[in-house]
Amino acid sequence: MSTAGAPAQLELRGVTKRFGGVAAVDGVNFEIAKGDIVGIIGPNGAGKTTLLNCISGVYHLDGGDIRWEGGSIAGMAPHRIANLGIGRTFQIVKPFGSMTARENVAIGALFGSAQARRGMKQAFALADEVLELVGLKAKADQPVSALTIPDRKRLEVARAVATRPQLLLLDEVMAGLNNVEIDEALEMVRLVHATGVTVLLIEHVMRVIVGVCRRAIVLDSGRVLAEGEPEVVLRDERVIEAYLGERYANRLKSS
Amino acid sequence: MPTASSLPEPLLKVRGLTAGYDAGPVLFGIDIDIAPGELIALVGANGAGKSTLLGVLSGLVRATSGTISLAGHDVTNRRPEVLVRNGVAHVPQGRRLFGTMSVEKNLILGAYLRRDREVRDDLGRVLGYFPALKDKLSRDAGTLSGGEQQMVAIGRGMMARPKLLMVDELSLGLAPKVVERLIEVVQQINRDGTALLLVEQDVLVALDVANHAYVLENGRVALSGPAAQVRDDPGVRKAYLGL
Repeated sequence: MSTAGAPAQLELRGVTKRFGGVAAVDGVNFEIAKGDIVGIIGPNGAGKTTLLNCISGVYHLDGGDIRWEGGSIAGMAPHRIANLGIGRTFQIVKPFGSMTARENVAIGALFGSAQARRGMKQAFALADEVLELVGLKAKADQPVSALTIPDRKRLEVARAVATRPQLLLLDEVMAGLNNVEIDEALEMVRLVHATGVTVLLIEHVMRVIVGVCRRAIVLDSGRVLAEGEPEVVLRDERVIEAYLGERYANRLKSS
Repeated sequence: MPTASSLPEPLLKVRGLTAGYDAGPVLFGIDIDIAPGELIALVGANGAGKSTLLGVLSGLVRATSGTISLAGHDVTNRRPEVLVRNGVAHVPQGRRLFGTMSVEKNLILGAYLRRDREVRDDLGRVLGYFPALKDKLSRDAGTLSGGEQQMVAIGRGMMARPKLLMVDELSLGLAPKVVERLIEVVQQINRDGTALLLVEQDVLVALDVANHAYVLENGRVALSGPAAQVRDDPGVRKAYLGL
């Protein structure tokens, strides 16, 4: 999809969030074009999840502005932002454990963006569609407690996708998966992206960033340290120094 | 079965271990040997039974059959505190720190069962491994970064003075550079004489540093041998490394 010249779908201008005296996110600027797929990387404590919480309305900004399709969403409640079409997953998945996978996804379908709101019957129909998309169709009627970790991660993505977002924020959905499980999860993200959803994802797994992202944004101490094509960014000496370390840098070079 | 242990008495000897939960068995006839001072990698897909195995080895999950012996003594289905006292420490997946307690208290809790006078010395030794924690001892553990929390979790395990330290998912959610640093420390702990059992999804990292490896598949040991040999196994490369 060509995004050249297109206005930004999401635009962050000087976004700042402080906790006590510490600026967890400190004047962050970037734009995401519709249909793009962008990775956010950076050291633990760099402000990645805080930034996601700012975008999805969990936190109020202490400075700057966030614009969605041209209009400010700063200060808006999380459910209103979800209604506008910004869906998200959480790092620590919190499914309803005694309910089935299908029921969990139907809940996402009942809320979320304006297009998603519908009756029970339609919600379950949408849930079935989404479960098929993420590869959980065969386990739709299993209680969540019976799902493996990779399947719970799929379910977390499915719940967010069922809200029919135009922009999907994924917070470390591949943590704790091995390389082969990651490759399977990447395929799922590609399929979701191919339905026309813009994707902004946080990951520490470079296989994900290189495998699926068109652009990477590196955060360090709440600021943007580097931004660009993943292959270029991961060779940036500042990024190796602050985040990757020599062992991983060498691994990337040799692969 | 072939293992690196040529010593007369392994530190840990597991034979025919079967265990599981209400829903059914998860482990089926596991045999494992760990010699003193070894660094063992335990790899396998999610759901293969790795964390359950660590649970049984630390007395949190009951064995339904089979035996576990530690330095020649049968410790099958002994209580967790007995296993800790006999030298098995478990660093659980997700760190499981007491978030609203200080870093120092979290570390000292690792020595809960000890009555000797060397606990303070060992605190110094742990801070030697993790100097980054020195000026954070009074901070609530929950306010630390993920990497620092993993340091506290490993440090807490070391405060029990274990002969065997079991670390579940060292790299989970951590930046590459932090993982590199933690792996170096874990190797140092091992060189200083503590045997290590490392469960790790980043299989390449685990097989790089281990001297011996076990591959679990559906609750059974599918393969074991020198780590370098396991790393080069075509099945392992395809199933876990994605190469």
